[in-house]
Amino acid sequence: MRRSPPSATHSVEVLNLNTHYGDRRILHDVSLEVRKGEIMVIMGGSGSGKTTLLNHLLGLLTPSSGTVRVLGHDLARLSPMERQLLRTRTGVAFQSGALFSSMTIGDNIALPLREHTELDPTTIGIMTRLKLEVVSLAGFEDLKPAELSGGMIKRAALARAIVMDPELLFCDEPSAGLDPVVASSIDDLILRLRDAMGMSIVVVTHDLESTFKIADRICVLDKGKVLALDTVEAIRASRDSRIQNLLNRRTEDAEPDPDAYLRRLLGDTSSPPDESRRP
Amino acid sequence: MAGGQGGNTVTGFLDRLGHWAVAAIAEFGFAATLVGESAFWLVMGRRRRQPVRLAPVVAQAMEIGIGALPIVTVLSGTIGIMLAIQGVYSLKLFGAESRVTLGVAMSTVREFAPLITGILVAGRSGSALAARLGTMRINQEIDALTVMGVSPVRFLVVPALVAMMVMLPCLTLWADLVGLFAAGLYIAPELGSTLGAYADEVISLIQMNDMLHGLAKSAIFSVLITVVGVVNGASVTGGAEGVGRMTTRSVVHAISAIVITDMIFVFMVTR
Repeated sequence: MRRSPPSATHSVEVLNLNTHYGDRRILHDVSLEVRKGEIMVIMGGSGSGKTTLLNHLLGLLTPSSGTVRVLGHDLARLSPMERQLLRTRTGVAFQSGALFSSMTIGDNIALPLREHTELDPTTIGIMTRLKLEVVSLAGFEDLKPAELSGGMIKRAALARAIVMDPELLFCDEPSAGLDPVVASSIDDLILRLRDAMGMSIVVVTHDLESTFKIADRICVLDKGKVLALDTVEAIRASRDSRIQNLLNRRTEDAEPDPDAYLRRLLGDTSSPPDESRRP
Repeated sequence: MAGGQGGNTVTGFLDRLGHWAVAAIAEFGFAATLVGESAFWLVMGRRRRQPVRLAPVVAQAMEIGIGALPIVTVLSGTIGIMLAIQGVYSLKLFGAESRVTLGVAMSTVREFAPLITGILVAGRSGSALAARLGTMRINQEIDALTVMGVSPVRFLVVPALVAMMVMLPCLTLWADLVGLFAAGLYIAPELGSTLGAYADEVISLIQMNDMLHGLAKSAIFSVLITVVGVVNGASVTGGAEGVGRMTTRSVVHAISAIVITDMIFVFMVTR
């Protein structure tokens, strides 16, 4: 597509990504690639490292080792100017919306256009309302984020993320904390965006239902490792017990080491913490 | 066992001291980077296609400057009268109350106006800046700016810094005028002279050097207030409680920095 290097067939490529929080290793040798025009869902329970992985894809964190390539550019090798240009070609919808609370919804959505384009105010107004129509929020542009419901905030955040017509869209927990009907409408919206605008979309979620509804491929993260990376059908058919546990909402196996359990109960911190322990 | 615990206390103390020292140095480094980066965006922003826009600077200037006018007026007036009363009282002890105008004029212009204005603005706008940035940070609004390709320093810090650097000296100048006028209201009748004669005396006593001394200090204070507010706001972790803690910290740090810098400045310049 426009401005992309012609050879790139992948929107995102992650190669052997390792990352630490203090001494604790959060991601272990994570590798995955997102193809052009597909919806990739990164799925995992709490503490699986999926938010950390997303922050690496967004370039908000620097990995301990490994490469992250977004739209063909290695994030670690970009100059600030190139990074800024790359960021105008991607959109991000944060879990909490992250709308600027001091601005109206309309100003929020218009902000990327005002900052990155030379368009006149009339055109910016039209494009803003266009995106509000896409997310069914027409007529709400003069309200402040605090006056909107949770579902409306998520939709407004999506509108802001797509206002520059990005080639690649990241969504963090787009349906978390919403009732099933609203959550389902957001899933439909994501599917529509991919079909109508040909975006590659990376969705991070723990919601199984929406994962199976929207995903082309699923990446299952568990304890910082990629457990599986495959199509929806293959993941459903997987015989791996941990994937089956996740899909059937079963809790993890019982504590395998009674000694370690006792030591934790006694508050003995001299032994290094079990690496597999959930934070 | 007791010896082991004693050892633990000492190493624990050294450990905390080390962590504290590293954190303090890191904070100074962050502050210095912030000033450098702000200067960079101010000069190079247009070439990087991220110009610093006038509208947010004006909005901040209204908030910082015009919003603070009433309280600055009231307090600098009060301080002026207070200085006049104290000056007349203490000079009367050796019969030199006719020289009170000199003392009041010098101390207002060189010291009290910049100091009181700085402290007021630190409490009013420095804390607001820290709270705003802290809330934006925990709400991921800073991350949202970053991933949009909009530099948070250019978008949030530079307008506040420029507005502060313009408005704090202006407020200080206003505090000079109000403080001297209020002092005159007490001094003129006390010395049996008129307000006009007092004004003439003040104008002949104060030199450009004294005015610049005060205004230069207020310009330094403006950078201190902004940087301390931003550093504390940007370091917020831990939700609403964290915002409150860092806001308090920013006020305490900004006022301490102002008073200490004032002393150092006076020491360097007047010797």
